Amino acid sequence: MENLNALSDEALVQIDQAKNLRDLDSIRVDFLGKKGKVTVLSKGLGKLSADERPAAGAKINQAKQNLQSAIDQRKASLEKAEIERKLQSESIDVTLPGRHTSEGRRHPITRTLERIEAIFATAGYEVAEGPEIEDDFHNFGALNIPSHHPARALHDTFYVDDEHVLRTHTSPVQIRTMETQEPPIRIICPGRVYRCDMDLTHTPMFHQVEGLVVDTDISFADLKGVVDQFLKAFFEADVSVRFRPSFFPFTEPSAEVDIQCTQCWGKGCRMCKYTGWLEVMGCGLVHPNVFAACNVDAEKYSGYAFGMGVERLAMLRYGINDLRLFFENELDFLKQF
Amino acid sequence: MKLSEAWLREWVNPAIDLDELVAKVTMAGLEVDAVEPVAGDFSHVVVGEIVSIEQHPDADKLRVCQVRGAPEGKRQVVCGAPNARVGIKVPFALVGAKLPGGLEIKQAKLRGVESSGMLCGQDELHAGDDKSGLWELPLDAPVGQDLRDFLKLGDHVIEIDLTPNRSDCLSIAGIAREVAVLTDSSLSIPDINSSPPAHDEKIDVILDAGEACPRYVGRVINNVDVSKTTPLWMQEKLRRCGVRPIDPVVDVTNYVLLELGQPMHAFDKAKLNGNICVRFAQSHEKLLLLNDQEVELNDNTLVIADEAGPVAMAGIMGGAQSAVSGDTKDIFLEAAFFSPVAIAGKARSYGLHTDSSHRFERGVDYNLPQKAIERASELLLEIVGGDLGPVSEVVIPEALPSIKKVTLKKSRLNSILGFEFDASLIESILTRLGLNLISSNDSEWVFDVPSYRFDIAIDADLIEEIARIYGYDRLPTNISKSAIDLSVQSENKLVKTSLVRHLTSRGFNEVIVYSFIDPDWHQLFYGDEPAVVLKNPISRELGTMRRSIVPGLVHTLKTNLNRQNDRIRIFETGLTFSPSANAGYLQQKSIAALIYGPQCSQNWCETKSEIDFYDLKGEVEALFELTGNAAQFKFVKPSRPPAFLHPGQTAEIKLADENLGYLGALHPLLVKKLSLTKIPFVFEMQLDKLLRATKAPLYTPISKFPSVTRDLAILIDREIEFAEVEQVVRDASGQNLKSVAVFDQYMGQGIPDSKKSVAFNLTFQDNSRTLNDDEILEAMNAIISRLEQQFEAKLR
Repeated sequence: MENLNALSDEALVQIDQAKNLRDLDSIRVDFLGKKGKVTVLSKGLGKLSADERPAAGAKINQAKQNLQSAIDQRKASLEKAEIERKLQSESIDVTLPGRHTSEGRRHPITRTLERIEAIFATAGYEVAEGPEIEDDFHNFGALNIPSHHPARALHDTFYVDDEHVLRTHTSPVQIRTMETQEPPIRIICPGRVYRCDMDLTHTPMFHQVEGLVVDTDISFADLKGVVDQFLKAFFEADVSVRFRPSFFPFTEPSAEVDIQCTQCWGKGCRMCKYTGWLEVMGCGLVHPNVFAACNVDAEKYSGYAFGMGVERLAMLRYGINDLRLFFENELDFLKQF
Repeated sequence: MKLSEAWLREWVNPAIDLDELVAKVTMAGLEVDAVEPVAGDFSHVVVGEIVSIEQHPDADKLRVCQVRGAPEGKRQVVCGAPNARVGIKVPFALVGAKLPGGLEIKQAKLRGVESSGMLCGQDELHAGDDKSGLWELPLDAPVGQDLRDFLKLGDHVIEIDLTPNRSDCLSIAGIAREVAVLTDSSLSIPDINSSPPAHDEKIDVILDAGEACPRYVGRVINNVDVSKTTPLWMQEKLRRCGVRPIDPVVDVTNYVLLELGQPMHAFDKAKLNGNICVRFAQSHEKLLLLNDQEVELNDNTLVIADEAGPVAMAGIMGGAQSAVSGDTKDIFLEAAFFSPVAIAGKARSYGLHTDSSHRFERGVDYNLPQKAIERASELLLEIVGGDLGPVSEVVIPEALPSIKKVTLKKSRLNSILGFEFDASLIESILTRLGLNLISSNDSEWVFDVPSYRFDIAIDADLIEEIARIYGYDRLPTNISKSAIDLSVQSENKLVKTSLVRHLTSRGFNEVIVYSFIDPDWHQLFYGDEPAVVLKNPISRELGTMRRSIVPGLVHTLKTNLNRQNDRIRIFETGLTFSPSANAGYLQQKSIAALIYGPQCSQNWCETKSEIDFYDLKGEVEALFELTGNAAQFKFVKPSRPPAFLHPGQTAEIKLADENLGYLGALHPLLVKKLSLTKIPFVFEMQLDKLLRATKAPLYTPISKFPSVTRDLAILIDREIEFAEVEQVVRDASGQNLKSVAVFDQYMGQGIPDSKKSVAFNLTFQDNSRTLNDDEILEAMNAIISRLEQQFEAKLR
């Protein structure tokens, strides 16, 4: 019995020094197994007197319990260390880039067109489209631009044959819509247009959006309202808008629309040629001759039309300073939008 | 139209400064494009007089002048101008003067000779472009007076960008009329003295072109002295309006053109043969123009002809043969009315554009010629002298435009402008603009339109005039008042925006390429297939309308490869064009895309592998998923693939047995010709058909019972397409087959050369119960036996 304490102490030291679960288990077997050093002490109890036996048995049991508990504790701590080692070995560099393909982008013209369409959609305008090879009647005649009219010279028209041109504006879509649809009409017509002109500020192809509203009791005041609202919405700013008398064969009265320069806010800078204003749109009330060409009753209906250059608006909105970038399609440019 | 502020103010002089004047006319529709001072910024330049002149002792080209004009008295100035001579008066920059460009005049020695100042030419003062030498001032110019004061160089050139309808403003008189209305000022119209004829010589004029020329006014002036110079005041006015002084006769006609707006012409009377006839040219008649251009005339061109042939292109340009020259003694002056329709477009058709044609094609007051002849006569008498003949006018009264009457309804005016105007305001605006109020009552007015307003014919024109003069910015603005009906948003049509979003989110960048392409590229892609060709392309390279979007995408690919991009995914939507036998031109909305380079951009976690056909096919299939019914699209081997695609790697895409487009590799020959190192894969489809192929979803019940899968590997002939195998499997499998998925295709070692092994995965499921092994076995046996029958397939 005298070596119970010595055995316990020895076992506790070994348990404490066990390096892994396997070592720990063999220590357990060594001391607490069927033939373990502590277990066998119980067999010696028979040699003791009946008086001494219970106390000695209790001591041995106590020692076994202590050792088992020490083993359990050591086991838990070894297991914990094991998990930690595993987590450690599985850790990765979270700063490496993820596995993905990069997003593409909409062309800035599409981005601008979608923005314009979305703004007008909230007011019930539908999108209308038309052909780009247009006949003379729809591109010119029906728009009150007879063949001898000086305004034709302003258009620098591309001819496909004697009767067909590449449309010089999206206005023919107005005509096609009025020919086939009864008022009320509320459309915008986005699309490509073509003029035979190429320099720093002109490309032979560009984009326009034109709007047309035909209804009863449409006045110039309604036109001013919608243009003013649109420009404030498009630029997300309370920009000043002014209407200047101008001339388009297909509207009367006609106006050019200027906004306060978005660069200098009216103080005057190179972009606005020191006027404080930027020309952004043309508009007017539909000319009676245009109604007549489309068989719309001008006594009953009136209407307004407006048109804008999409490249111009995109340039102002996104700070693009060279028109030609739009059609060079360099990815470094396209990926910015 | 360029005009001098000072000249305008001679006609109308409102008490407002230049800025305000510019703002007013701009906001009335006469847009001022630019305002520039008429001379450069300089100081201490006076009128000087050369009183004596000597050769410079040490320089051949320099002379030493004694000049009067400086406050201190006579000064010595060294000068190199060829026209320096005793007695002339010239601009004299004193010591201390600053010239445009920052040059400062200092006391100096030139080749050893003292020089106290500088004698100046026009260009040195930025007061004109004459570089020939000293600017010779009139002999009566007051010596010593500041040059700015003497020449009124505080003046400005106002450049107005006139809209084509406002031909009435193409003169000082016209702009002055407008300014008078806008500022409520009175007009000071210069008196025109009509001088009595000194003889009765006339040239007979025959009008033989009807409405094209219903009025012609002429006058013979004999014994003019064309050696006289045009007075400085007139030269300066011309210069400030952008017209170069030439000779006194031409200068006077140009002056009247600028002042009143009437284009005129002066012929050398001696060069005219007999009577004048205004007629249309005969085809192939020739005329040498003033600018030395010889033109062959068309029979739609109006000419002034004498008995020997055309002497001027009417309203456009005179002929060289009959032009006034240094030898001219007698002249014949012309002022006529040529109708806009007769002149419009004609100058352009000969590559010409003149001040005269610009005005006539827009409309010149048909009541102006007589007045203009009188004005020009008066000015010519003053400058070149001469004996006036009688003014002779030929007119076809019934062919002249008539005075238009326009009725304006008050209700119409108010409803169009959204505003109630005072009757007195309406009458005041329109009468100040020169319209005549003929009658009025409570509900309407009737006005006569003056002969110079070609743009007013209907009530809308009057409404515009009222709005313009009243001020657009003063007119009311309405916020949208009409209630908007809720509109149908169809789910049975895909919108283009979703397509664009889909492709961009899969890494495609949208491009926009010109719709016209290089004809050589058309040839490359389409060989001799016809294209729509522009008659007047901007350049040869932009001369052919694209038949397909693909060439533009390939072009964009090249651009970006040159920019060191190696992986490119781009797409475009837009019209494609082709000639159509019966319907003129076929214009089809298309969508096309191109991929090139590695499957994924370089990264650390994947190996770089190159794309193939199936990468792009996967993209097309993903696109079809958007329609909600990908199964309606079929890929088949095309019988006639587009010439620019690889015949063995091209699929025709079909929708309900109709062609929707193509998908494939660019043809290897084209790849080589374009010097591409890898093969681009492209697809192009008809956009509208694709968008319309969409259906709103309809729910089908989901099975609650487990599915069973079986693998099947067969050996079949290489030529057999998977689509055929799939069809047979589906036909043979009964109703419980849910899906067929290929997971392997193998050709090569271990398999006969003509064969391939295809392995696929079959999934069975029933909606009402769990399928048992016997049922599955039965289905599989049916499938296998059909495959054996149809394709002589062997199980592996």
